[in-house]
Amino acid sequence: MAYPERQASLEVDAADEIMEIQMGPSHPATHGTIKFNLKLDGEVVLECDTEVGYLHRGFEKMIEQGTWTQAIPYTDRLNYVSPLINNVGFILGVERLCGIEVPERCQYIRVIMSEVSRICDHLTCLGMAGAELGAQTVGFLTNESREFLWDIVEAVTGARLTISYTRIGGVTRDLPHDIRERVAAAFKNLRGVMDDCDKLLTRNRIFYDRMVGIGALTKEDAISYGLTGPLLRAAGVSYDVRKAQPYSGYERFDFEVPVGTTGDNYDRFLIRVNEIEQSMRIVEQGLKDIPDGPIRIDDPRYVLPEKHQVYNSIEGLMHHFKLIMEGAKVPAGEVYQAVEGGNGEVGFYIVSDGSGRPYRCRVRPPCFFGMSALGQMLKGHMIADIIPTFGMINMIGGECDR
Amino acid sequence: MGLTAEAMIASLRDAFGERIRESATAFGEATVVIHRDEALATFAELRDRPELAFEMLVDLTAVDYLGKTPRFEVVYHLHSLSQNHRLRVKVRAGNEDAWVHSLTPLWKSANWLERECWDMLGIRFVGHPDPRRILMYEEFVGHALRKDYPVDKRQPLTPERDPIEVGWKF
Repeated sequence: MAYPERQASLEVDAADEIMEIQMGPSHPATHGTIKFNLKLDGEVVLECDTEVGYLHRGFEKMIEQGTWTQAIPYTDRLNYVSPLINNVGFILGVERLCGIEVPERCQYIRVIMSEVSRICDHLTCLGMAGAELGAQTVGFLTNESREFLWDIVEAVTGARLTISYTRIGGVTRDLPHDIRERVAAAFKNLRGVMDDCDKLLTRNRIFYDRMVGIGALTKEDAISYGLTGPLLRAAGVSYDVRKAQPYSGYERFDFEVPVGTTGDNYDRFLIRVNEIEQSMRIVEQGLKDIPDGPIRIDDPRYVLPEKHQVYNSIEGLMHHFKLIMEGAKVPAGEVYQAVEGGNGEVGFYIVSDGSGRPYRCRVRPPCFFGMSALGQMLKGHMIADIIPTFGMINMIGGECDR
Repeated sequence: MGLTAEAMIASLRDAFGERIRESATAFGEATVVIHRDEALATFAELRDRPELAFEMLVDLTAVDYLGKTPRFEVVYHLHSLSQNHRLRVKVRAGNEDAWVHSLTPLWKSANWLERECWDMLGIRFVGHPDPRRILMYEEFVGHALRKDYPVDKRQPLTPERDPIEVGWKF
């Protein structure tokens, strides 16, 4: 811009001018790559146009290139804070197409590990939201707690984030023998941390003032925007996929679905805090009741043979080769499988044409819907309110942009 | 759960008659196919009839059946929170006329979902208020999830956008 023009624009009285500002895509106060195109009147947000897509990696296209089993690692990288839930959602859809009923122990393992993942998801959301509002201590405390949970995930799956734990008809490996002690120790720490965070945040004047009444959506708007999970429950709708359409044996467990009233950020915060407690209850019940037995089905069409058969017999080797090179043949059909993720309903719409490769796999990412509602949530609030509202949506780039 | 898939199809056939062109049940899920020209009115009724009450448009996507006519199926997943049942609705669109009516007057979630469907599969949503790409940038050539889009296709380099030229004022 030429120098005299800029000089002229500086002389305009800034007080009554509508200002257009781009916030992001790389902003220190937003965890995630996202751009807000803001129209501001002073510090008040008049319009917020959200731009997503910075982390688009062509997930749905890549899944169509490989076999069904090769799709599982891609699902890890959707919501990378709770990858087990994505694993379970995808594989439940595939198993419904195949008509597979997995053993009871496998169902329990999937539920337990999903809930551990959900706690990690909520801890990340709460810790980051606290840290972005200046409560750095909360961020450190929840990160430490999450570390203990990731130790459990590592002991079970062999990896912390990119776990690829499920397979068609089962899971890759059984729980370690000392899982109960590990979980008890981690939960003891977690309960202490949650008490500390409660004292630090819940009735903290600064935190309270910045959360209450900010980013509220009515029940009708929340439903129309397709919000699910904590965002919808904060608005007063008691909808949880685990209760409404139980999968993987969730109907066996006794847990509550916390519901808010106002739909603002403070209710969303309280719901996540409560859900951590409920998830711990589910894990404890699961570990108490888990039956012994196989962790995967015995069906050579879908499950790889044991390693000693592969190395010592021609049949085992051929079987292994066919499954790896051609992939398990999933019968033709289409299915929509919904699971309750950390941020809401994660849906997998899977179309199979009967070959060894997925024909189409569409993921319904819950935070995509939250981001689409962000503009409405922020209308009339201050520019500083973007941070807690965005934090409570808990956008995970890998899931939102795929 | 609310209605079973079979009961759902029966009640939909009662309510809509000829407007249900095809129906199927599989894996406990109900699927109906409706015609493009009747889609908007049918979706409005699906949402507003108290016994169906599909308040939520859960998902919207399309599938490219390259080589078949019509080529595209636009797939809508509806969910009723009050009745706790789901429905899958399909609307077909051909290769030459890959468009359907936008559902933005009915559901706010349709806005971004339809933008994504346009971006990824090149389905036009007639009546959409803001038909921009969403995951990709405006200069992207083609639609990546179409079956005739090669997975290793290169895109032309695009110059950096100057915020002043695209209309941002300082």
